[in-house]
Amino acid sequence: MTLAVVPPQNSEPVFYVVDEHEHPEGASTMLGFWIYLMSDCLMFAMLFATFGVLGGNYAAGPAPKDLFDLPLVAVNTSMLLLSSITYGFAMLAMEKSRVGAMQAWLVITGLFGLAFISIELFEFAHMIHEGATPQRSAFLSSFFTLVGTHGLHVTFGLVWLVTLMVQVARYGLIEANRRRLMCLSMFWHFLDVVWIGVFTFVYLMGMLR
Amino acid sequence: MFDTSFLTKAIFGRLTLESLPLHEPIVVGTFVVVALGGVALLGAVTYFRLWGYLWREWFTTVDHKRIGIMYMILGIVMLLRGFADAIMMRLQQAIAFGGSEGYLNAHHYDQIFTAHGVIMIFFVAMPLVTGLMNYVVPLQIGARDVSFPFLNNFSFWMTVGGAVLVMISLFVGEFARTGWLAYPPLSNIGYSPDVGVDYYIWGLQVAGVGTTLSGINLICTIVKLRAPGMTMMRMPVFTWTSLCTNVLIVASFPVLTAVLALLSLDRYIGTNFFTNDFGGSPMMYVNLIWIWGHPEVYILVLPAFGIFSEVTSTFSGKRLFGYTSMVYATVVITILSYLVWLHHFFTMGSGASVNSFFGITTMIISIPTGAKMFNWLFTMYRGRIRFELPMMWTVAFMFTFVIGGMTGVLLAVPPADFVLHNSLFLIAHFHNVIIGGVVFGAFAGIAYWFPKAFGFRLDPFWGKLSFWFWVVGFYFAFMPLYVLGLMGVTRRLRVFDDPSLQIWFIIAGIGAFLIFLGIISFLVQIAVSVLKREALKDVTGDPWNARTLEWATSSPPPAYNFAFTPVVHDNDAWWDMKRRGYRRPLTGFKPIHMPSNTGTGVILAALATAMGFGLIWYIWWLAAVSFIGLLAVAIGHTFNYHRDYHIPADEVVRVEDARTHLLAAGAKS
Repeated sequence: MTLAVVPPQNSEPVFYVVDEHEHPEGASTMLGFWIYLMSDCLMFAMLFATFGVLGGNYAAGPAPKDLFDLPLVAVNTSMLLLSSITYGFAMLAMEKSRVGAMQAWLVITGLFGLAFISIELFEFAHMIHEGATPQRSAFLSSFFTLVGTHGLHVTFGLVWLVTLMVQVARYGLIEANRRRLMCLSMFWHFLDVVWIGVFTFVYLMGMLR
Repeated sequence: MFDTSFLTKAIFGRLTLESLPLHEPIVVGTFVVVALGGVALLGAVTYFRLWGYLWREWFTTVDHKRIGIMYMILGIVMLLRGFADAIMMRLQQAIAFGGSEGYLNAHHYDQIFTAHGVIMIFFVAMPLVTGLMNYVVPLQIGARDVSFPFLNNFSFWMTVGGAVLVMISLFVGEFARTGWLAYPPLSNIGYSPDVGVDYYIWGLQVAGVGTTLSGINLICTIVKLRAPGMTMMRMPVFTWTSLCTNVLIVASFPVLTAVLALLSLDRYIGTNFFTNDFGGSPMMYVNLIWIWGHPEVYILVLPAFGIFSEVTSTFSGKRLFGYTSMVYATVVITILSYLVWLHHFFTMGSGASVNSFFGITTMIISIPTGAKMFNWLFTMYRGRIRFELPMMWTVAFMFTFVIGGMTGVLLAVPPADFVLHNSLFLIAHFHNVIIGGVVFGAFAGIAYWFPKAFGFRLDPFWGKLSFWFWVVGFYFAFMPLYVLGLMGVTRRLRVFDDPSLQIWFIIAGIGAFLIFLGIISFLVQIAVSVLKREALKDVTGDPWNARTLEWATSSPPPAYNFAFTPVVHDNDAWWDMKRRGYRRPLTGFKPIHMPSNTGTGVILAALATAMGFGLIWYIWWLAAVSFIGLLAVAIGHTFNYHRDYHIPADEVVRVEDARTHLLAAGAKS
């Protein structure tokens, strides 16, 4: 048995790579960023769970039916969904190395994102004005935190988007920039998916409570 | 009229001269000692002109080996702080009988037990475990560095930032008086209006960012950077346990981040997550924090299991018994660790069915752990065991951990837990598994890999002295707590009425003193080893006749770890290479692509720490400025596209030739 494992003298096993190829930089970036997104997803999961547990505790204060303006939320949702589509177009342009078209699509994406944030802030301001503040009840605390955390993520996504547009304008579509655009793409679509959860779970189901 | 108090508030927030604990002589005394020590250290570094060297070679390094060593130093330094807290508590409890108030007032004592727990878990155990993983994993899988070297440096400095905040709380303001998990409503603003809980929150948040990122980093490293031929089932067991630990980190630290963020919202803007009124639920906090907290226990102990596996097979001169079952046991523990969190609060009142479920899952988790224990035993069985220091720690672990595991299963029975909940029995149990598992594991790992990191062994005499003081001290310190717990003594008490209990506390105090001698012996061991480094020198790079790849390279390894990437054919790759007549390559070296050092990690972590300090003391301008600084530096860093360089082939040839000479000289003598 052991004899079979030991190879004959003339065919010595290879114990190291003599001709090593250069490892491309950032080969693990996609995996790493994906794992980061999953950790972020878990943070949202906690906020969803908190909303699930505390979301019915109105403390004799306003309930979803008194507060939510579904048509406005629908407009808001479409802003974010459209921004995801336009980001997809930007990526298609990147594949074809058309810098101008890509930058244009990124601008449109950014504008949709900005619209989303503005509508959300308007909604928040309106609620607070009506006395439905985060301090009013556990329902409102968890509502503002969940939706607000998503909004903060979108805001950081916008900062990132602008940074990347500057970097592409300066250094072109080099390998590093393509990788970064792919990461932001994952981030942006991820926020879209989270928002679909928010829209369904918080707004639609909230109206049914 | 100009109101100066408004101005002071704007500049200093709630930080005033009264915040300095000048009325507490013990704290002032500690401060004087720490300050003198600190000044002496800084003075020495300045006198020997080491600042430039430290900054260039260590603080800004992206080399996983140096970062690993810095993690270990952080862990050991913080161990001294955490242990000082422990021995103060032991002394207080040993003397506060018969109407005596002891020597610590309640305000101070409550901070001490909180700080002890927080420091030992987050700033001792975590850095020691992360340090060992950082150092060893890339070497074991034949990689040049981790996947994201800059992120690694940043993670380390964030951990330091958290530790710094906790240390500042000793002298500026105070630490939390809530226990190490800061349960609301006690930790809410109404009952803890001072800065203690805020120090707790921001210390953990800053360090938590580092921990999460280093978890992502090591997962990618293990998944992506293994040497050719190293399939998953050929990975060394330490790498496997590290992989599972890092999966646990990534899957649990976000929970901690979220729950602490919710607690800060409650404290800072008055939301109602964990309040008693307006629909809040304090039990929500307890659930969420233990969903992080239980996996955390396994985050700490899994790498220790990995260390014991490496040590057992090396010092028994045998392949590890039941490699496959070891891997599966690790994975099963990883999954099950998410299904047991409720056993920390059976008394919450979730009802018989919920408690039964979590009781049973808790008992089930002892099955894979038991399987591991048998694997180690069978590895030793008919092995040629060498009782070197790492092996001694391993045997002590096996004895001690089994006791701790059995008391754990006892606590997993909900009716029993209703009696023992929050008693000293519980305290004895978790110290039994954390000291017996994690601390013994860390010492085994340090003794085992020290020669790899520094090129000379640790002095065995002082090591054995430290070992015996630790092990005997542990039993003296914690066995009495089991007894006291069974008699109904609860945790976190400052004074006692029943004089019959005192003898047990005195015995426990003696145990703590023995452990103190163990720590001193450990420090002496390092000092003596450095002095005797010529006598303890190892030129082979493989002082233990070990089995895994990290022993294939020189000690200490060159910056690039391996001149040529190794090719793996077997589980114990280095053993296989030795057995089949591997000859070290002497020619044909090529330039090696390496990441460059950067100071960005230090700067970002410093800004994050400053932001934490601003938030703790309501110094809003400081928080805002540091936050903007953070963003600016982070974005600025992304504009640097040149983060790597090549070690020229000449340099590689020079390093490898030096090793060839050393090996030849070693073979002759």
